[in-house]
Amino acid sequence: MKTIVVGCGKIGTAVIRVLVKEGHDVIAIDNNEAVLQQISNLFDVMTLCGNGADSDVLNEAETKDADLFIALTGVDELNMLSCFLAQRLGVKHTMARIRNPEYNDRSLRFLKHSLDLSVSLNPEMLIAQEIFNLLKFPAAINIETFSRRNFEMIELRLPADSSLEGMTLREMREKYNGKYLICVVQRENETVIPGGDFVLRSGDKIGITAMPSEILKLFKTLGLFKKKAKSVIILGGGRPTYYLAKMLSNIGIPSKIIEKDLDRCAVLSTLLPDSTILHGDGAEQEVLVEEGLRETDAFVALTGMDEENILLSILANMQNVPQVIPKINREELIALADKLGLQTVISPIRITTNIVLRYARAIENSKGSNIETLYKLMDGSAEAIEFKISPTSGTIGIPLKDLPIKKNILIAGILRGRETIIPSGNDVIMPDDRVVVLSADSALLDIDEILVK
Amino acid sequence: MNRKFIVYVTGYIILLEAALLLLPLAVSLIYGEKCVFDFLITIGVSLLLGSVMVLSTKNTGKTIYAKEGFVTVALSWILMSVIGALPFFISGEIPSYTDAFFETVSGFTTTGATILRNIEIMSKGLLFWRSFTHWIGGMGVLVFVMAVIPSVSDRSIHIMRAEVPGPVVGKLVPKVRQTAMILYLIYIALTLIEMVLLVFGGMDLFESAVHTFGTAGTGGFGIKNDSIASYSLFNQITITVFMLLFGINFNLFYLILLRKVRTALKSRELWVYVSIYLISVTLIVLNTLSLSNGFGDALNKAAFHVSSIMSTTGYSISDFNVWPSLSKTILTVLMFIGACAGSTAGGLKISRVIILIKSIGREMKKLLHPRTVSKIRLDGKSLDEQTVSNTFSYFALYFVLFFAILLIISADAFDFETNFSAVAACFNNIGPGFNVVGPVGNYAGFSVLSKLALSCAMLLGRLEIYPLVLLVAPMTWSKKK
Repeated sequence: MKTIVVGCGKIGTAVIRVLVKEGHDVIAIDNNEAVLQQISNLFDVMTLCGNGADSDVLNEAETKDADLFIALTGVDELNMLSCFLAQRLGVKHTMARIRNPEYNDRSLRFLKHSLDLSVSLNPEMLIAQEIFNLLKFPAAINIETFSRRNFEMIELRLPADSSLEGMTLREMREKYNGKYLICVVQRENETVIPGGDFVLRSGDKIGITAMPSEILKLFKTLGLFKKKAKSVIILGGGRPTYYLAKMLSNIGIPSKIIEKDLDRCAVLSTLLPDSTILHGDGAEQEVLVEEGLRETDAFVALTGMDEENILLSILANMQNVPQVIPKINREELIALADKLGLQTVISPIRITTNIVLRYARAIENSKGSNIETLYKLMDGSAEAIEFKISPTSGTIGIPLKDLPIKKNILIAGILRGRETIIPSGNDVIMPDDRVVVLSADSALLDIDEILVK
Repeated sequence: MNRKFIVYVTGYIILLEAALLLLPLAVSLIYGEKCVFDFLITIGVSLLLGSVMVLSTKNTGKTIYAKEGFVTVALSWILMSVIGALPFFISGEIPSYTDAFFETVSGFTTTGATILRNIEIMSKGLLFWRSFTHWIGGMGVLVFVMAVIPSVSDRSIHIMRAEVPGPVVGKLVPKVRQTAMILYLIYIALTLIEMVLLVFGGMDLFESAVHTFGTAGTGGFGIKNDSIASYSLFNQITITVFMLLFGINFNLFYLILLRKVRTALKSRELWVYVSIYLISVTLIVLNTLSLSNGFGDALNKAAFHVSSIMSTTGYSISDFNVWPSLSKTILTVLMFIGACAGSTAGGLKISRVIILIKSIGREMKKLLHPRTVSKIRLDGKSLDEQTVSNTFSYFALYFVLFFAILLIISADAFDFETNFSAVAACFNNIGPGFNVVGPVGNYAGFSVLSKLALSCAMLLGRLEIYPLVLLVAPMTWSKKK
């Protein structure tokens, strides 16, 4: 599939990386020659130097033949304009990064409609949303919601003295009556989809699927129950901070925001009357401790510097803050942060690439059972994909234990109407079900690809 | 450095060579010649070597950088020539291995310089292989490998950059593999058209194939001692036109296929190429009119030889050694300029010459107006300063190596004109020079050392210097620097 990406900054580069990995033909447009040089060294793509809203440049890139057009520059208006032009040149699917909070929900909807945008991306908003979810469920490292909240997948790390230590999955299933399914385990950088004989160990990072109503019970059984955060310190006063503080204040959680720049503090205090805005350098321990780092329920580091976010989160960890969430942009640093004891990490890049990837696959796979949602799990080493089952699928009507499913693939959940089924070997897939499939090493496009040919 | 990857790709190249050797094998079977066995032995050797190299490094990491690209290309070309020389040597038709190596390098690098005193006594299978090496080397072997093997590496652009000639290597489509395929399809299509035309003009299938390979790769190996002289006028004109065509950047053919003729015609390099051609032909016609049988003859000879030298092919239809000094000097200058970047031709390449001349103009302007800021523009786009300075260092390195090789071969007892034109003809991948190495002469008289030096010159010229120089440079292999 031919895809054009305008803007090769951090997010643009990450999007190009995943698109190339999926085998798409990518043309990268940027106005910086040096950046393009680097891109063409790293990835098998064609590069074009110029303005993404210049019709000559778009014509040179043969935009009319493109299937997907993604504008990811730092300037909202440029993104909108390039997408508009691409649309006029005949591209069906366009995605624009629009992140200025002044384009609020209503105006954004109008813009999206008028420009015929397929998707508008706001990474800052997306990470705020994700952090908000985590603050509500403190023990989880990561929570993904499938199919309009009927079904959730929670990533968590087994604590040192877990009651599950040494238990096989089969034993666990018998003990807890099969309402949960451990569907993916990461141990020392290796991600596996475990079988019934898999023995759990403390320190494993596990992915569990369950119905939302069961989650609280599950957390209690695992000895992981924690109250939701009551007070939050946010470091850095950028756009994600604004979105997050706003969401928190809507459900009555007060937040303290520490920001270096005085003018920005003034802006924030106008926008967020419920939050405490502090002018100071969060890198100074004194400031943090004075403002109650030891007492807070959660510490969120959202400055523009990955390194600062990581280091101060380590500090917060040492002060035993119950929940610490740093924002990390660079992919390499995420794995490093995990080693440094930072289990929950928010990456705007990963969130954005997930959306782009999901959309690209959906375009490519317009027939048969569609991909409804796609999530990258366990630092991107596994994927959870939700398929809608078409009546012609080869998976229908056979009990799961008799389906010839490939290695490292697991059916994690079946959603039938309003019912959520955590599947066992005797369940069957029916037409019009939605099925969540987990895969550890292959990119799936169609539900029938899970079967051994 | 990812040494395993280098061995892996090089192994693939050798396997590919084994496959390509099947063609001359078939030819010698058809003509019932005894060199069948020589080809069989060579194929056996390369199959064995290639499989060992590929199998022993099969599961290797595919992350490569510019360094691996250069080393892979340089090593592949050397190994390919070493193996390609075997049939000549084993058959005994070229008794010395150095000579066989020289001939093969000359083939792969599309030079067309020969050490054979009498070509006509060679067996057909070997003559076919000799010309076929031109065709293989013309577009580049690694480009071919990239076209056939799916995703050699995500970063195979490094290999393509190292092999495809020209200051800037652009892709036609987003993927290297598809780009390589398109280039080869254009190449094959043009080759087939020429072959048909030559048969139409009176050559038999074998002759037409051999001469088409020579033209397509801009090589210049023929099967007659007097090159193309004894063929029909129609065929001489066909070859003139196709030599010119193969000197044009292949990207332009692709643009024409996409019906973007106007964009293709806007190419500055193309216009300079055509202008230089027309001016040189006119001057030589005027200069040689008195020596030839009327205007038509003079025009044919001038058009043919200018096309032959500019596209760095090296075919001839008469002995241009007897031409007056002016005409010979024009040909010498054309040897250095060469044809367009991104074609199968050698030489400095027109686009480099344009960049050089434009930056000389800019430097002069800077002397007069020290505060000038000006960018070098080509085809309406301003060029990266890095590209400009790369062009200058290429130019400098080119002459340093040129004179170094000239010094080495001057130890043999030939005159200066012979030596100079020999190095120029080899370095720019043309083939024939003047005097002893002129169109009716050959390189047989040089010493072993000189032949190796000239082989080196040919490889340097075809791979545009850097891959080969970096292969032997200590800093490529050192872990410290």
